[in-house]
Amino acid sequence: MMNQTLKNSEVNLKPGTVITGKWNKKSYHIHACLGQGAIGSVYLAKQSDQKMVALKISDKTASITTEVNVLKSLAKVQGSTLGPSLFDVDDWIDRRGQCYPFYTMEYVRGNELRSFLRSRGDQWLGLLFIQLLEDLERLHQQGWVFGDLKIDNLIVASSPPKLRWIDVGGTTQIGRSIKEYTEFYDRGYWQAGSRKADPSYDLFALAMVALHYAYPNQFDRGSHPSKTLIEKVKSARLLAPYQDCLRKALQGRYQSSEAMKKDLNKILLQSQPKREPVQNSGKRQRPITKFSAKLAWLESLIILIIASLFWIIYYFI
Amino acid sequence: MKTGTLKQILLITDGCSNKGEDPSMVATLIQQQGVTVNVIGVLEDDQSENPVGLEEVEEIALAGGGVSQIVYKQALSQTVQTVTRQAMTQTLQGVVNKELKHILGDNQTIDALPPEQRGEVMEVVEDLSETSNIEVLVLVDTSASMQNKLPTVKEALIDLSVSMNARIGKNRFSIYTFPGKRNAINKVIDWSEKLDKVSSVFPKLTSGGITPTGPALKEAMHQFSKTGLLRSLKRDDESNLEEFGS
Ligand SMILES: Nc1ncnc2c1ncn2[C@@H]1O[C@H](COP(=O)(O)OP(=O)(O)O)[C@@H](O)[C@H]1O
Repeated sequence: MMNQTLKNSEVNLKPGTVITGKWNKKSYHIHACLGQGAIGSVYLAKQSDQKMVALKISDKTASITTEVNVLKSLAKVQGSTLGPSLFDVDDWIDRRGQCYPFYTMEYVRGNELRSFLRSRGDQWLGLLFIQLLEDLERLHQQGWVFGDLKIDNLIVASSPPKLRWIDVGGTTQIGRSIKEYTEFYDRGYWQAGSRKADPSYDLFALAMVALHYAYPNQFDRGSHPSKTLIEKVKSARLLAPYQDCLRKALQGRYQSSEAMKKDLNKILLQSQPKREPVQNSGKRQRPITKFSAKLAWLESLIILIIASLFWIIYYFI
Repeated sequence: MKTGTLKQILLITDGCSNKGEDPSMVATLIQQQGVTVNVIGVLEDDQSENPVGLEEVEEIALAGGGVSQIVYKQALSQTVQTVTRQAMTQTLQGVVNKELKHILGDNQTIDALPPEQRGEVMEVVEDLSETSNIEVLVLVDTSASMQNKLPTVKEALIDLSVSMNARIGKNRFSIYTFPGKRNAINKVIDWSEKLDKVSSVFPKLTSGGITPTGPALKEAMHQFSKTGLLRSLKRDDESNLEEFGS
């Protein structure tokens, strides 16, 4: 039988190791470890044609196979990148004869969402969320819910910045029970709904991504979990512009990503560069912050102008 | 493929059994009756190493054909539901493996198939674990050292029913504690679909110093055969795990 216990299924491969698939005979040269998670380890590896790929390997045959199945069905959605593209699926037999299933996928080069926002500015949050909501809408249209949406599973791919998800381990068909989730992001945990996969499950988790960014140490449920969430949204200064939208997502009031995206869009277009900073610059803010806030708004205005230019170009071509 | 109702015992404990039959032996017996035994060992927050008693945890689960995990109490909720689901998948894989051997001859298990076919088989397993009916008997150790873990256990059980009730298949849960006052185990909740009621009836106090895990498991097993018996009187077509057809 496959998994007798839920032991940590890390497979430790040293840089320089070459692994060859049992079935397809392709070889991969391991460069570095990209991360280790609940299901397995992900390595940066080089194919024989020098191309870099991400290689996920584990001893959990069932979980790896399930992820491969999801990636395969997502690949059928034409002309879109819902999740990293899948390249190869195989088994690796180590020296002791132990079999480890693995798959290779597109290496998503970029930054973690958290570090991206810290270095480029919080005002990117709204725009990146809009991008993600577009992908979520398409995913939902295909009958899937992402499930385990969380800040660690989001990468801002570079040039141009685009928010993308990795780790489809939680991706579940609509109407079924969510395959894999993380408590802090799970609406069941917050007593705000069921664990049945529907589009609003992802939108709740997306709002929690914003909250996790605003509260890096997270926070407890308290005696009224859903009230706690609303209060936390209210008191997070950097989420102020998105308050209403986040609240609606947390209360399950969006039936589709499209609806949430429209609201966010409106917020981004409405927020006048002058109005907000004046309101916020009351007692607590020091002049330096005021200055940088101005800069920030200028930057977001420029981003907006560029975005709308793109939109106009796109629209007329 | 039909699998009938999956039957599981989930034992939640924090220590070594010290009275009565060997729990691993009882677990083996239980597995032979078509019921899987899963075990979760709960650690104290400040325990950095697994105490000796918890070695038993893995052994019981192995004997009972189930899954085991040792956790700190904060992680209990998520662990309870992963262990339950993992055990379902494992049982169903076992079922599918048996079928494969039937069709393709000995030595054929899911792992031995080429990745392509493995994917198809896994899809079947997943469909089954979403749609199968399941009965989970939760057996909670309420010996003295469990005292400050009981509120967390209660929450984890409510959470379990939230997870399981999101599935398409039907669920039935019952909760027992041990040691019981007069019998080996003490009924907290009889077989029911949801566990919302658990808040009001779950014990807040522990019930004694001894940990008769073996006898408790044995008594728990009989709670299945009773309901099994009842239902087979009502419906003859109820298939047992051993007798799934295709
Ligand atoms: N396609 C990819 N491109 C780049 N990095 C990746 C890719 N897939 C995974 N990673 C990195 O590996 C880490 C762990 O992968 P993940 O799939 O989340 O593992 P698990 O499912 O076991 O939690 C991620 O946090 C990410 O940093």
